[in-house]
Amino acid sequence: MPKDINRNDVQRLVANGAQLVEVLPADEYSEAHLPNAINIPLKKLDQQSVKPLDLARPVITYCHDFQ
Amino acid sequence: MSSRAAWRLESLGFSPVYRYAAGKRDWFAFGLPMEGEFASIPKAIDVVRREVPTCHLKDRVGEVYKRCQEVGWQVCLVVNKANIVLGRLRREAWQADPEAPVEQVMENGPTTFRPDNFLEPLIKRMREKKVGTVIITDSDGVLIGILYRKDGEGRLQRDQPTDEIEGSHASRNQNGDS
Repeated sequence: MPKDINRNDVQRLVANGAQLVEVLPADEYSEAHLPNAINIPLKKLDQQSVKPLDLARPVITYCHDFQ
Repeated sequence: MSSRAAWRLESLGFSPVYRYAAGKRDWFAFGLPMEGEFASIPKAIDVVRREVPTCHLKDRVGEVYKRCQEVGWQVCLVVNKANIVLGRLRREAWQADPEAPVEQVMENGPTTFRPDNFLEPLIKRMREKKVGTVIITDSDGVLIGILYRKDGEGRLQRDQPTDEIEGSHASRNQNGDS
């Protein structure tokens, strides 16, 4: 079950190798995103689009805010 | 949206999966790094002055005034132990009884802005409201510093493209000639 985390957790997990995924549309990602985040829009999230991700490392999803 | 994405990733075999629920709005409002097209746009955090005088609710006005005078400030921000902004002392406050506690004379809940606010619209708003300084806090209300309008104007002036400056000179010259 996915767990909700805050920004301190994000910083700690990323420092330990977690992968950041912004799930907003590409144009919103292009404007501004967290450092080293990759973009996989929710509507395109499937087996093919997740190939850049490492299955062995934790993943953190985020969007704009509490949407 | 990020919740559904997290569940979908889990269904695709990823574990553990986390959701940063507050998202990038929270991240940037906290003054943390940004990548992307907006990263190079000047923001409040680029010109904020961090060394600002602060005091606590129970401090005495006279003692706070003395401390501010020593460092050349007319304004003092009232914070709690967590450095969260509770109030502001302006020039008028210095006329109060020196023995009065700060909380009796402070301006309660002054307006604050976030470090990721774009500088240009913020400075425009400050000009319109005839405001010389604004307080910058993170999204939790923790003090970051004070932004001076003149600092922001200076930064925007420096960032103005050369051709734009030349264009405006040309325009002025043209007007002068006509």
